[in-house]
Amino acid sequence: MEVLKGRTISPGKVEGESLVSREPIGFYGGIDAKTGLFIEKGHELEGKSVKGKILVFPCGKGSTVGSYVIYGLAKNNQAPLAIVNKETETIVATGAILAGVPCVDRIPVEKISTGDHLIVDATAGTVSITKPNL
Amino acid sequence: MHLTNAEERILSGESGEVMERMFRLLVSLGDIYGADRMIPVGSAQVAGVSYKSIGDPGVEFLEDYANKGAVAKIVTFLNPAGMDIEDWQELNIPPSFAEKQLRIMNAFKKMGIVISATCTPYLAGNLPRFGEHIAWSESSAISFSNSVIGARTNREGGPSALAASFCGVTPNYGLHLDENRRPQVLVDVNATLEDTADFGALGYVVGKQVKNRIPYFRGIKDADTDQLKGLGAAMAASGAVALYHIENLTPEAHLMKSEGLERLSVSDTDLAETFSKLSTGKEPDIVIIGCPHASLKEIMTISRKLEGKKLKKPLWVCTSRMVKEAANRMGFTQTIEAAGGKIVADTCMVVSPIENMGYKTTGVNSGKAANYLPGFCKQNVVFTKLDTLLEKVT
Repeated sequence: MEVLKGRTISPGKVEGESLVSREPIGFYGGIDAKTGLFIEKGHELEGKSVKGKILVFPCGKGSTVGSYVIYGLAKNNQAPLAIVNKETETIVATGAILAGVPCVDRIPVEKISTGDHLIVDATAGTVSITKPNL
Repeated sequence: MHLTNAEERILSGESGEVMERMFRLLVSLGDIYGADRMIPVGSAQVAGVSYKSIGDPGVEFLEDYANKGAVAKIVTFLNPAGMDIEDWQELNIPPSFAEKQLRIMNAFKKMGIVISATCTPYLAGNLPRFGEHIAWSESSAISFSNSVIGARTNREGGPSALAASFCGVTPNYGLHLDENRRPQVLVDVNATLEDTADFGALGYVVGKQVKNRIPYFRGIKDADTDQLKGLGAAMAASGAVALYHIENLTPEAHLMKSEGLERLSVSDTDLAETFSKLSTGKEPDIVIIGCPHASLKEIMTISRKLEGKKLKKPLWVCTSRMVKEAANRMGFTQTIEAAGGKIVADTCMVVSPIENMGYKTTGVNSGKAANYLPGFCKQNVVFTKLDTLLEKVT
């Protein structure tokens, strides 16, 4: 198990499976707040659900309304368990905090792959990775 | 960031979940931008009001927080809505849009936020003083309050301005600090500036080039409030200028050193090119004035020009409800209506759904509107002086 140290954006501690996007994510127009599914055409995660996953991506992009989409996901029980970023900009930070979704940044996200088992201690600002048995 | 004991207690949830999350948002933004502490703010101004901008996710968030008891602690004004919230039927706003927009307004009202619905709060009853710290989020209002009034605000987002409203504080960084208010680019203006539209064109050119830096203008001999609001709005739209200084005109200019800066100059040719580049259409289907919201003086001017005339095309003059009230009293509204125009309150062309109302080409005298209408409203634009626009439609 490898432990990566980052920075607290929104506190909380969760454990789960990662869903990784190498591209930035724009929540508004990117993810449907009602279904939790990626709807952005051509996005590498198109059609996937964020519900119950630890969503890992480099940074946010796009409209500031994205903050409200993150809030909507949480309200509709479709939210990711946690968000892990390389750099959390204000849209994602705002959404994660308003929604109470744990969020950590300054994590070298290239070390994480989809399907890794993660323990995110956002209060401490750490992410522990266990790779699946191959 | 240093937090007081009382602030730590808010973070531990002592004042409830809404306050905890709102305060955490401010702390987190403060950490990201290197703030040392929180500072009290005198007022807030919240953007993200039109249903067209915030959609269903925004409606749900606002209603949720209103229902959880979130309340404004300081005087807080609201940005324009997607429609006139009283006369929307007359303007043919789709009822499905109106229903959502009214829900948004009710949620804000429930939170104690003044549903002023204007981008010119300083003309409608929320005027900060020189040096006062505030948390505003509409880009032209930010520019005006920082530059013309000398109040201090960063470019807040809708949620961070809401958080400042509920908590009464903002993190101390950016334009709240003296050292970050210094100019970075010297702009020599060698152009004739007569009409408000000229200031809009100047703002467009300068904003494109200076991006988010602070310009210091030389060569602007005089400018009234309306022209300065047009200049700042255009720079905040084509760039992200939150503060500008004008030699001998704006209140902090004399405190600044203009030597040794990167230089830029603007000529009559540059302005002429800007008018022509931004004019993507020829004959307007509608003329819309009031971006940012028209002052009483602008409305009076239009009313005098339209006295006894008949318009061939629709004319909207967008303003705040407060200014419209004064225009009603003075009979300006009646004169404009008699000519076939309308004074539209609470909204503007950028945030209302004009593209769904059959309009394809809009005439404007605003550099900001000329910048946004093609993208936000799928409009061709005729960008020129007020007199020329009125000639085209009378």
